[in-house]
Amino acid sequence: MKFTLSWLKEHLQTDASIDEIVERMTMTGLEVESVEDAGGKLKAFTVARIVSAEKHPNADKLQVCQVETALGNLEIVCGAPNARAGLVTAFAPIGTTIPGSGITLEAKPVRGVVSNGMLCSGAELELDTDADGILELDPNLKVGAPLAEALGLNDPVIDIEVTPNRPDWLGVAGIARDLAAAGLGKAITKSIIPVPGRYASPVKVMTETPEACAMFSGRVVRGVKNGPSPAWLQQRLRAIGQRPISVLVDITNLITHDRGRPLHVYDIAKLSGAVRARMGRQGESFKALNGNAYEVTPAMCVIADEARVLGLGGIIGGEYSGVTETTTDILIESAYFDPTLIHQTGRALSLTTDAQYRFARGVDTGFVVSGLELATRMIVDLCGGEASEVIVAGEPPAPPYAVTFDPDHVRALAGIDVKPTRVRAILKDLGFETSAEGQGSKKLIVQPPSWRRDIEGAADLVEEVARIEGFDKMPETAPPRAAGFRPPPASVGESRMRLGRRACASLGFNEAATWSFMPRAHAQAFGGGGERLILANPISSDLDCMRPSALPNLAVAAQKNADRGFDDARLFEAGPIYLDDTDLGQQRVIAALWRARPPKHWRAAPQPDVFDIKRDVLMVLDAIGAPVASLQTASDVPAHWRPGRAGALRLGNKTIALFGELHPRALKALDVEAPALAFEIFVDALPAPRAKGGRAKAPLEKLELQPLTRDFAFVVDDGIAAADLVRAAFGADKALIADVSLFDVYRGERMAAGKKSLAIEVSLQPREKTLTDADIDAVSAKIVSAVMKATGGVLRG
Amino acid sequence: MTTSTTDLEALERDLMARIEAASQEDALEAMRVEALGKQGSVSGLMKNLGAMSPEARKEFGPKLNGLKDRVTEAILTKKAAFAEAALDAQLKAEAVDVTLPPVRPRLGTIHPVSRVMEELAQIFGEMGFSVEEGPDIESDFNNFTALNFPPKHPAREMHDTFFMSATDELGARKVLRTHTSPVQVRTMLKQKPPIRVICMGRTYRCDSDATHTPMFHQIEGLVIDETSTMADLKSVLIAAIKAFFEVDDVRLRFRPHHFPFTEPSAEVDVGCDRSGGTIKIGAGEDWLEILGSGMVHPNVLKNCGIDPEKYQGYAFGMGIDRLAMLKYGMPDLRDFFAADTRWLKHYGFSPYLLPGLAQGVG
Repeated sequence: MKFTLSWLKEHLQTDASIDEIVERMTMTGLEVESVEDAGGKLKAFTVARIVSAEKHPNADKLQVCQVETALGNLEIVCGAPNARAGLVTAFAPIGTTIPGSGITLEAKPVRGVVSNGMLCSGAELELDTDADGILELDPNLKVGAPLAEALGLNDPVIDIEVTPNRPDWLGVAGIARDLAAAGLGKAITKSIIPVPGRYASPVKVMTETPEACAMFSGRVVRGVKNGPSPAWLQQRLRAIGQRPISVLVDITNLITHDRGRPLHVYDIAKLSGAVRARMGRQGESFKALNGNAYEVTPAMCVIADEARVLGLGGIIGGEYSGVTETTTDILIESAYFDPTLIHQTGRALSLTTDAQYRFARGVDTGFVVSGLELATRMIVDLCGGEASEVIVAGEPPAPPYAVTFDPDHVRALAGIDVKPTRVRAILKDLGFETSAEGQGSKKLIVQPPSWRRDIEGAADLVEEVARIEGFDKMPETAPPRAAGFRPPPASVGESRMRLGRRACASLGFNEAATWSFMPRAHAQAFGGGGERLILANPISSDLDCMRPSALPNLAVAAQKNADRGFDDARLFEAGPIYLDDTDLGQQRVIAALWRARPPKHWRAAPQPDVFDIKRDVLMVLDAIGAPVASLQTASDVPAHWRPGRAGALRLGNKTIALFGELHPRALKALDVEAPALAFEIFVDALPAPRAKGGRAKAPLEKLELQPLTRDFAFVVDDGIAAADLVRAAFGADKALIADVSLFDVYRGERMAAGKKSLAIEVSLQPREKTLTDADIDAVSAKIVSAVMKATGGVLRG
Repeated sequence: MTTSTTDLEALERDLMARIEAASQEDALEAMRVEALGKQGSVSGLMKNLGAMSPEARKEFGPKLNGLKDRVTEAILTKKAAFAEAALDAQLKAEAVDVTLPPVRPRLGTIHPVSRVMEELAQIFGEMGFSVEEGPDIESDFNNFTALNFPPKHPAREMHDTFFMSATDELGARKVLRTHTSPVQVRTMLKQKPPIRVICMGRTYRCDSDATHTPMFHQIEGLVIDETSTMADLKSVLIAAIKAFFEVDDVRLRFRPHHFPFTEPSAEVDVGCDRSGGTIKIGAGEDWLEILGSGMVHPNVLKNCGIDPEKYQGYAFGMGIDRLAMLKYGMPDLRDFFAADTRWLKHYGFSPYLLPGLAQGVG
């Protein structure tokens, strides 16, 4: 919503400066987007008159002018063909920076003649694009007068953002009302002097759809003369970026911005029969004033006569019945359209007009006929003609409900002390009517004005009083802190994510935050891409699917880093994945990706492989409190993991984490080079921590007897999983065996084909007495037999 | 065999000279055996002591013992010197170039958004707020309707909402939450007042330019009880902003605004200094909008099953990415989500730096 300072001052008597006005608007809730002061950049320029213009002695295309300026008579060299004696134009003194060129003027000779300033074209002043000659101003202007003033440009244009609850701020008068209430001056909006009707309206208006168009008022004016608007009206509209069209149209546009009251004017010569608001019919269409044809639907409200659709009610008129230069008899329409319907229609047609914007937010229900009167008055004044009586079909929607309001509520909610008399005064200034609820009650009955349909209850009135009184009056009260024990501020899941982040970063991974969405093809390559996870309106077609894993994004990012020359990226992300669109479908993961490349170091180090990433995933799992000792490693993994080089860490049948190399095929689908090591921890799959028993730890068991170790080497089939053998050995004597670690894997010439040797160290912890040789032999036999039973392995000879 | 004192002195001179001259440990050892061994020259003299007259023995014995002790001592000293020299030689031989680089495990970094979330949880946690959560894929009810956005109202469109393409049996689509406010709704629906929570997380709007990304992060605060006012909100925010930016003097400006879910509503600006090309919080005469807030709308309380006649409270919401930029100086929001390792290493945080009020959150 744009308006100029002078326009505001037609409704608000104030001595406040533009800065004070902007400040008060801001503090009253009118968010000022910008103040454009075209006069500001023209500050240095003044009006000057050329006394004489002679040909330059050394240049054909230049003239040497004697100019009467604000600084006295000066000699100025000018290249404009229209420079001539008597011309009144724009003058820039030495030292001025010319807006159009950015050049700062210096007093230096031009082909031997010193120019003491410059005469300027419209293009140089950025007023228009005319660069062919210097400005030709009104010869009656006073030499030395500020140029901005002479051009009528010393009027700042204020642009505000109007929140959807305040359609009354879509008219300058409404803004002035609030500013006056806020103490910035006096509201002086002129009252409307009705034009008496001289005859009954020859055109009937009606509404056939009270739901869409509750009220339709109209009036005929005969014998008008249409044409260009007077200069003041054109300038007023131009200043806010509106193109003047003709005086009849310009008047409606002016009232739209002045009072937030859209209107429409029809050429009676084009009408046949009564004009009515009704719902559209399938197959109907019309050509609108913006040049586009629109097909209407039964969900839209149209204005039609007996022959055709004339326009879309409350949105845009039709070309056919619009006024032209030759129009003499007109019908003025002032109606009330349902906000939701207008909003929907605008959306359906992707059509926003000044009228649509206002009706969609809700115009003043009490100003329908007043708007018609104001338009008639202006038309009769500017275009002549004779007005008919006003005809009104339907009636305005009921006024907003009255609210029972306790003035103390202002303090209770906003924390500001405002006296009841002041509360009433503020509300009155804003157009509310207040009356005491009754004898002995301090409550008020508050009737909101017809333009404040946003007022629903006491809280709304508190806001009105508080914002006019000033939010800056709000004290700082130290709020009491809840006493006693406060539960841990974060959920278990979030705490684990936090620990996981620290663990990953400690292991050399850099945390990234990547989009929750990704190309559907990427999602599909990683087991996702389901129908219910597709976005209807993605920001771009390659961000159309909620991610089933963070790994594709990390892999793509690692590749991008490599392409920039930074190979060996180690990235992780602790964030959400989406398995379906329900609440439970969103899960927390900690995903890491290592674009492992052969290390380059003077001390030879092996190429990182699945066991390096397995180490990392176990470290992170340990850090976030997963029961690492109970996890079982399985080799069956989802299809985007490389078979035989990836594993799953399970707790019972729950997959806690996946790790290893990503499948080269999955990487290819992302256009990412293999290999890539990765892990993904499903944080929400972890069991909840022990809830009962407090924080105390079990007592430490410090045994007196020393542990001892025994080594065993078994020959097993090559396909046997090492973990199975270790587990079998571990289980051979639960009381005595404290640890089993695998320290050698051997395949080779001393081994039969298809066999391997696995060597383990078993740690025995005696508890009550020192072990005898017989005891050790017995447990050894148990280990050998358990391993044999589980894996078929035999002791290596 | 007679031995004179002169002979002893000659013997000692000779032995000492040979000890002095020994250049290797085995030569020294051979010499030791020759002098002090069972068949050695000194041992031989010791054996002869027994055959001497008591007078002679009395005179000669101590001299001989003295000689033996001095020789033994000299040999030990010489041996120790050999050992020292051998060790020095060995160490010298085993020297390496310690300027060579070690294999150094890399240290990674924590993303600034995670960092700022931890800081905020600390700050608000200390003020008695606990942390609530909710999903990113939300129902229209939680994201809009319950928050007093009337169906089909223009206010909904201002949110540039992402919609899921799938519909439910009634034809309704889920949305990607446009703010963290639906967590307010979830909290109020499951919890009775007093409520004092914050919620942080990913939020989404269909908007992408120099200062907007389709995904960003918000923090939401909600307090519901019987007495909290907007003045309390002001105090809480001032305390939080001071703690977050670690400055003592923070000015906040509450500007009236409109949000469907609060009444009265305010946008809050923080005082800052823009001179010098950067924004400094806490100094200067400029204002910077940082959050939206207000008293929870009675309709929202009603929609969430809380009696608006009895309870009231406030809510506020801030952009986390924006807070991170203001505090830590990243110039461009879009970099937050680009996973460029140069940026992550430069603006990221060591995992060892734990935010805490005891040592400062920053």
